[in-house]
Amino acid sequence: MSSHWSEGVYQLFKQQDIRQVSLVPDAGHARLIKLCEADPQLRVVWLTTEEEGIALAVGAWLGGDKSVLLMQSSGVGNCINMLSMLSVCQVPLPMLITMRGDWGEFNPWQVPMGRAARTVLEEMGVLVSSAQQESDVVPLAEGTLRIAYNTFRPAALLIGQRVLGAKTFME
Amino acid sequence: MPTASLPQLNRREVVQSLLQDRGDLLVIAGLGAPAWDATHAGDHALNFPLWGGMGGAVSIGLGLAIAQPKRPVLVLTGDGELLMGLGSLATVGVQKPANLSVVVLDNERYGETGMQDSHTARGVDLAAAAIACGFHRGIFVTQMHQLSALRKDLHTLQGPWLAQVKVAADKLPLVLPPRDGTYLKNRFREALLGPQAHFQK
Repeated sequence: MSSHWSEGVYQLFKQQDIRQVSLVPDAGHARLIKLCEADPQLRVVWLTTEEEGIALAVGAWLGGDKSVLLMQSSGVGNCINMLSMLSVCQVPLPMLITMRGDWGEFNPWQVPMGRAARTVLEEMGVLVSSAQQESDVVPLAEGTLRIAYNTFRPAALLIGQRVLGAKTFME
Repeated sequence: MPTASLPQLNRREVVQSLLQDRGDLLVIAGLGAPAWDATHAGDHALNFPLWGGMGGAVSIGLGLAIAQPKRPVLVLTGDGELLMGLGSLATVGVQKPANLSVVVLDNERYGETGMQDSHTARGVDLAAAAIACGFHRGIFVTQMHQLSALRKDLHTLQGPWLAQVKVAADKLPLVLPPRDGTYLKNRFREALLGPQAHFQK
């Protein structure tokens, strides 16, 4: 069995010399978060809301650190105004976003922000790609990291519930 | 508690005093009056004045402080700006960057929108909030003579600390910094990181 996508994404962080990983916890990112936390070279910053991670990335880049932001699609809505800073200042930031409200969703309250996530990001100037099968996650994450830091832009990868599995609320 | 009875400091004098002999200090200035105050004290390549991103100043300071642990970082912001990102105090309290200081120029008003009261006019205590969030110190400043100690504290890297400085709600002449974000960013990075800032892969 091939290794979980989190392992490949963690390796990309190392190859790209990522220093700060900010996040609001999410089940889909749980394995990746554990890998990052176990690495003393990565500073993991737990946020109270996702927009802090956008601002944190601006400060990190001012100081010469590359960062990534991990969040769930519901967090995209919390970031809208703060995303202005990334386009106005041309600050690079890759964002890995685990989806709610798409394939197999159980909770109706997750659907509106899940549906709007891509549009909101694109309207705010973020380059967006979407992984709908596990084998796409690492190559698309690599593209997201590269285009963000090569072209000084925010870029997001949406990771669908088709990859992550939909939360069932059965346990 | 309403603090109208307290002495009210002149915000420009406060900032001028703090930024005097600034050495290797890196400054993030929150949008509105704190950005004008920092610029009044002297436009500087190692100032990053904000024209937006309300609520983000402390988080920017945190990212910078983590990236540059040997350099003192000052976030100079207003009460309204900080109230919009109050959770960032908790995030700083967990990270505890020793090189981060936050100075809140608290005029108890939203100065850019018509001087409406902020929550600090109704007793919200930001210095106490900082302590409750895990800052090493939260200081309430009402006297100019407190500022020389505060200026020294900016450079000792014994933070994080926050000072809530009560300032008068005066409308002062605008002293605007450059507003092209890419210029401000590139100027800051080059001054801090040298020419290699532009070759970072």
